[in-house]
Amino acid sequence: MSRRVVITGLGVVAPNGVGVPAFLNAIRNGVSGIRYDQTYKDLHFNCQVAGMPEFDWGRLKNYVSEITFHGLQGHALGYGIMAALDAWTDAGNLIGGKETSWDTGCVFGSSVPECEVVKKIYNRVDAGEAKKLGSRVIEQMMNSSITAYISGRLGLGNRIIATSAACATGAQAILMGYEYIRQGTAGRMVVGSSEHVDPYIFGAFDSMRILSRKFNHAPEKASRPMSQSAGGFVPGSGAGAMVLEDLELALARGARIYAELLGGSCNSGGQRNGGSMTSPASPGVIRCITNAVTSAGIDPLAIDLISGHLTATAADTIEIQNWCLGLGRNGRNFPPVNSLKSMIGHSLSAAGSIESVAAVLQIAHQFIHPNINLDDPNPEILRQIDPDCLPVKAVEKELKTVAKANFGFGDVNACLIFSKYN
Amino acid sequence: MERRAILDELKKVLYPYTEDKNGLENIDENTNLVKDLKINSANLVDIIIDAEAKYNIEIDFDSAEKIVTVGDCINAIAEKIN
Repeated sequence: MSRRVVITGLGVVAPNGVGVPAFLNAIRNGVSGIRYDQTYKDLHFNCQVAGMPEFDWGRLKNYVSEITFHGLQGHALGYGIMAALDAWTDAGNLIGGKETSWDTGCVFGSSVPECEVVKKIYNRVDAGEAKKLGSRVIEQMMNSSITAYISGRLGLGNRIIATSAACATGAQAILMGYEYIRQGTAGRMVVGSSEHVDPYIFGAFDSMRILSRKFNHAPEKASRPMSQSAGGFVPGSGAGAMVLEDLELALARGARIYAELLGGSCNSGGQRNGGSMTSPASPGVIRCITNAVTSAGIDPLAIDLISGHLTATAADTIEIQNWCLGLGRNGRNFPPVNSLKSMIGHSLSAAGSIESVAAVLQIAHQFIHPNINLDDPNPEILRQIDPDCLPVKAVEKELKTVAKANFGFGDVNACLIFSKYN
Repeated sequence: MERRAILDELKKVLYPYTEDKNGLENIDENTNLVKDLKINSANLVDIIIDAEAKYNIEIDFDSAEKIVTVGDCINAIAEKIN
């Protein structure tokens, strides 16, 4: 019989809260982490707001050795290390053991190397000073740098995989970790993703004209998924992480169990049938949702909450339609749906992991977080689902099963089914 | 600059690269950077770069390769600044 996989540790670095207690408090109360930043105005960006974690870089001294800390650069690395190590200790584990943990691996994703750090390399090399780059550059530039730091600090000896699938990265990484445990490859997996949207990546998205630009004066209102006044997404940054564990191992050591990961699916629409580099093909999304439900072994009617991708672009309406078709539910029969992006913006690679941490916390604490800024739901969405499906205030509710999906550039999809552990 | 003065300055350069702060306090010219101070050999490059910046000197690759002990470091620096 296949193994069951449970979540025993959580870590998060989010624009509206660093650390699980602060983040839980923020999502319960609909606290926005979106702020105006003069830098973006000075750079002539259309969008001048972002969700950046209030991150104290010096705190990393408590997470890595003093020698590693010296010369460590790159926000995404810092966010990822903190989230992953927090998840590890949250699961009741110690950091810094002498032995290799052969049954524990790591799947952690990110999307792009940090351009600000890369720029320093360009400048040095172009000035003929490559000699001065030192030994610490490569380890922080490799796509696997984040998994290298995490696994090194924790002494992990199973599969160590760095992943990248644009905005589906986080959910995909979690699913991969789940699969390694299910198939018996690993007993525990540290999974998650991180992202830092620096001005160079920000500028490139700004140029695509898909960012919010009409709420620079009111940053907390700038991220408006599913609303008629949604005008693009707000870039966010941060990291989310969790420890996935074979249920038997978790029970044997008396671990606290937040929730169970029942199943999931990851696929691509193949950039056919309406899919493209930047748009998900509906047949792929619907198939991804259906396969996730099948893999979880549940009835679609059992889903109590959808944690959508829902970025606040024109794609929101199509996403709701795809959920309706994928689950065979609509109107009043549709479950509540929320988008964490209304509070923290869209943190690209990190979105799936931060939103999954939120999904697990909602199950563990039995509530549905509000959709903020949803005072004018898009009529196209209301044509498909009942207004009651769009909570604008936190709802205390018996929550058994949550579907969480993310869709990324390249037409890649990932859907996870989390459940209350019984 | 006297060798003793260079050695005292060198302690500051080495500080971020070793966890053995007591050992660092008591180094002498025979102290082996990797064996005694447990400095990661990859970081020797960074120590040389930091020393170059501190004294505004250039230590060529061949001289750098000979650095094993604190005394070797002092030799490489003294040769350039004196």
